[in-house]
Amino acid sequence: MITKILAATAPEGGEQPNPLIPADYDIIWSSVIFVILLTFFWLKVLPGFKSMLDERAKAIEGRLAEAEEAQKAAEHRTALVMAEQEKLRSEASSIREDARSEGAQILAELKEQAAQDAERLTESTKNSLSAERDSAARALQGEIGALAIELASKIVGEKLKDDKVANKVVDDFISELEGKKASK
Amino acid sequence: MAAEDGQFSPPTIYEFYPEVFLFEGTPFAINRIMMIRLIVMVLLIVLFWLWARKFNQSVKAGQVVPGRFQLLGEMALNFVRKSIAHDQLGEKDGDRFLPLLTTIFFMVLGMNITGIIPFANIAGTSVIGIPLVLAAAAYVTFIYAGVKRHGMGFFKNALFPSGVPVYFYTLVTPIEFLSTFILRPVTLALRLLMNMVAGHLLLVLCFSATHFFFFQAEGIFQFFGAGTLLFGFAFTLFEILVSVLQAYVFTLLTTVYIQLALADEH
Repeated sequence: MITKILAATAPEGGEQPNPLIPADYDIIWSSVIFVILLTFFWLKVLPGFKSMLDERAKAIEGRLAEAEEAQKAAEHRTALVMAEQEKLRSEASSIREDARSEGAQILAELKEQAAQDAERLTESTKNSLSAERDSAARALQGEIGALAIELASKIVGEKLKDDKVANKVVDDFISELEGKKASK
Repeated sequence: MAAEDGQFSPPTIYEFYPEVFLFEGTPFAINRIMMIRLIVMVLLIVLFWLWARKFNQSVKAGQVVPGRFQLLGEMALNFVRKSIAHDQLGEKDGDRFLPLLTTIFFMVLGMNITGIIPFANIAGTSVIGIPLVLAAAAYVTFIYAGVKRHGMGFFKNALFPSGVPVYFYTLVTPIEFLSTFILRPVTLALRLLMNMVAGHLLLVLCFSATHFFFFQAEGIFQFFGAGTLLFGFAFTLFEILVSVLQAYVFTLLTTVYIQLALADEH
């Protein structure tokens, strides 16, 4: 195919150049250009390109690290806040606990006092009752004495009109009554 | 290029041997194609110098986000680095051979594309010098890679593949020698050269025919000029594709040869 193309383009007669055989200047300029470009790409373009790519990779990594750090800081802050909250909560609960126990104490004290009051009241009531009963008993004693005297005088009659005797009899009677009551 | 005397003459092989205008007779003779190559080299250096400067600036400034221009350079360099070198060779070996692969890719691309650039209109790779030099560089490099990795075992692996019965070596070894050590560089160089030669001849044919039909033909034949112009336009687009594709193929094959040389088992 190559030879056909070449044959088709060959002029009639004359010496025609063979395109597969390079001229010396062709090879020399091609080599010079190749070497210059190779050196240029090798020493100038590609190192810069590579360092730029490295720099970019580093920057991206650096940014990732930065973000990670920020996240860590945020986590730390969150932990702090949560600890604070926990502390506040426990404080609140201890305050509540204190209040509750104090309330219970106050209640107990109040109960105690009420009980004491009640006791005192009962005591005084009892006392006043017994005093009243005593005075009633004393009053009754007198009355019973008079009634007994009346009764005795009615039974015994005139002989016992002498006061001295009568009083003695009555007193004996009463003490006898009391002795009976005490022995009971 | 079209004939002036009223007769159509097709493009000739002398398309690729323009007049030498500087240093004639010395090994540094410069003709139009050599000049185009030098201009392409300068443009490549300027372009990549600007990109390299941008990379350095962004490193210095700690500016990680690339601008539009810088991104374009990164995409171009990363195409060779990632899609060719790293894919075939892995990151470590890919970076080792990256300078050569990058040079081959952008040099071939730059030299190819002049084939459709107005006023250049011929590919720097359409004369055998550059394809030959680059193929030689690829050849030396893949042998170097193999010998560095396996020592003389590289030639043994290449010429005496394991798992073949001994008496087959009489057949296999010459074939392997031919395909690995002769055909590889030859096909690398000729594939590129002939693509560019054929592309250029096609374009010249189309446009000189257009010129001929428009200005020298008579009557109805002038309308053929529209057809050939259209063909020329289509082939120009096609040449853009071929330029990129040949650059890619040359670089990829070089990479594959290096990869085969590095591989433990052939």
